[in-house]
Amino acid sequence: MMPSMEFLVATGIGWIAACGIWLMLRGRTFPVVLGLTVLGYAVNVFIFAMGRLWSNAPPIVGSGQPIADPLPQALVLTAIVIGFATTGFVIELALRSRYESDTDHVDGKPEDQPGPTT
Amino acid sequence: MMGLLDQLPVMPVLLPSLTAIVLLLIGDHGGGEHNLRKLVLSSHISIVSALIGLVIAIQLMVQASDGDLMVYRMGEWPAPFGIVLVVDRLSAMMLVLTSLVALPVLLYASGGWSGHGRYFHALFQFQLMGLNGAFVTGDLFNLFVFFEVLLIASYVLMMHGLGRERLRVGVHYVVLNLSASALFLIGVALLYALTGTLNMADLALRVPLVTGPDAVVLQVAALLLLVVFGFKAALAPLSVWLPATYAASSAPVAALFAIMTKVGVYAIWRVHGVIFGSSAGASAYLVEPLLLPLAVATAAIGVMGVLAAQTLPRLVAWLTVASVGTILMAVGLFGEAAWSAALYYMAHSTLTVAGLFLLVELVAAQRGEVGGRIESAAAVAQPTMLGLMLLLAAASSVGLPPLPGFIGKLMLLQASIGHGHATLVWSVVLLAGFATLLGLARAGSALFWHVRTDLPSGASGASAPLIAATSMLLAASVAMSVFAAPLQRYTQAAALQLADRKAYADAVLGEQGGADARTTRPYTGDGGAKR
Repeated sequence: MMPSMEFLVATGIGWIAACGIWLMLRGRTFPVVLGLTVLGYAVNVFIFAMGRLWSNAPPIVGSGQPIADPLPQALVLTAIVIGFATTGFVIELALRSRYESDTDHVDGKPEDQPGPTT
Repeated sequence: MMGLLDQLPVMPVLLPSLTAIVLLLIGDHGGGEHNLRKLVLSSHISIVSALIGLVIAIQLMVQASDGDLMVYRMGEWPAPFGIVLVVDRLSAMMLVLTSLVALPVLLYASGGWSGHGRYFHALFQFQLMGLNGAFVTGDLFNLFVFFEVLLIASYVLMMHGLGRERLRVGVHYVVLNLSASALFLIGVALLYALTGTLNMADLALRVPLVTGPDAVVLQVAALLLLVVFGFKAALAPLSVWLPATYAASSAPVAALFAIMTKVGVYAIWRVHGVIFGSSAGASAYLVEPLLLPLAVATAAIGVMGVLAAQTLPRLVAWLTVASVGTILMAVGLFGEAAWSAALYYMAHSTLTVAGLFLLVELVAAQRGEVGGRIESAAAVAQPTMLGLMLLLAAASSVGLPPLPGFIGKLMLLQASIGHGHATLVWSVVLLAGFATLLGLARAGSALFWHVRTDLPSGASGASAPLIAATSMLLAASVAMSVFAAPLQRYTQAAALQLADRKAYADAVLGEQGGADARTTRPYTGDGGAKR
């Protein structure tokens, strides 16, 4: 039996979100930034899916045929733009923090001190 | 044609954003001391803009006090399809509060801090835009956007002045907030999926219609939003980030952030107090079993932090947490009298905490090497004035009459009589007040009495503008006591207005038939034929 589209999208989002959360729990800033980005992708697809899954349905009113909900598409566009900006900022911040504290650990621990490993 | 006065609700958002753009175009002083003219010009523009903002906010509050809901439809799109800005009594009061904090903080920052980094004033205005926008918007997704605006500005402001400690805490602050934003989006998307709207007035009408298994998912969405707003408001157990962040920030930024936690409180109020409040059908009073115990825990953790704090900024930061606990306790009591108390106490604690953040830096600057650490050091240069200011702010935080902290706590205690958890509320509020007294008395005696005479006291006094800015905040707080009666009438009316969801729906959705409006959602994809 073919799995339904809803099942595939839901597991896909779940898997991406799990990867994002795992990466975010790492001790170095780069995996954390990657984790935030990946989690952002999962959230964006989730918002998109909240308008329900339509195929072959343009978001245009008045065409007489089934139409997709345009609002989540508008929302996700906003979320993508904001996510893009914040990712840019957090990368710059991580670099600056690396420069100031000589370590890329999120707690800024010096390399020789025992701390959580990556 | 709309008159100029009809455009007023959008001004608190437009004014700071235009000011910020002008400030960006002017450019900044390049981080050094070589272009002070631009810095002085920037701070003048910024202060004048904040002053105009205060006038606009007061005008809005005067208009709102008549009980009118001012609805501003962006681009004349009818709600719930377009974005609306709604100014009611609560929003107007929050706008005035934001301006009242912003103006003295700007004056203070112009006395030195704004030159310690780049684009301070532009970022400050963007932060004001986000704060004001969050307070006036009538749309949940728009609330998310304004949250992001104020957060992005706050990320940079928090690290204003740079330094290792600020960057270390800053990374935590930014990552935590970005995770919270992801949760916010999930919650908002779920709400939309189940109700088909994000307009707050429309949501309040639609939430009761969601029943059965869908209602459970809807409640999950609402609780996700509680996590997000609770994180911003520093509701326990999500409050651990706050003391480190606020203590690491520069004093004027921390003082401005005193209003930022209140955005979380405000959002909890609007979403969980009103939309998921008394008439939400299957989801009515959703957070009632959670909010009160968590708020009590917040207040308890806050005062323990006050008792344990080793430095002055940390002490004030924990005081912020404790005050948020008290406010949310009042919100969690779900009643007009309690909400009125929450509003009054919120205004008082924001002003006092902001004033304290500035004051402790003035004190720390006069203590030489010891700085903000709570231990004996050389005498400060202005012991009488700073001591009296600290005494005033401390007495108000503790809740001693006749200061506004006392009135706020009294209103809260009176409102809790008859409530099932009245004993808990009374004991926590009174014990927290006592513990705060101990913590602040310990700090105050170490600062002003346990003076070490063997150390040289070469520190000079604080400059007049810095003292004036700090006094303005404390004076505004004391003025709340002088004008307690009209303010109380206003907060009571605001609480009543919040509970009146029908009037809100009629005002916002007027073109759709008011409270009887039924739009075509949740979306079925049939071209909008089903109504």
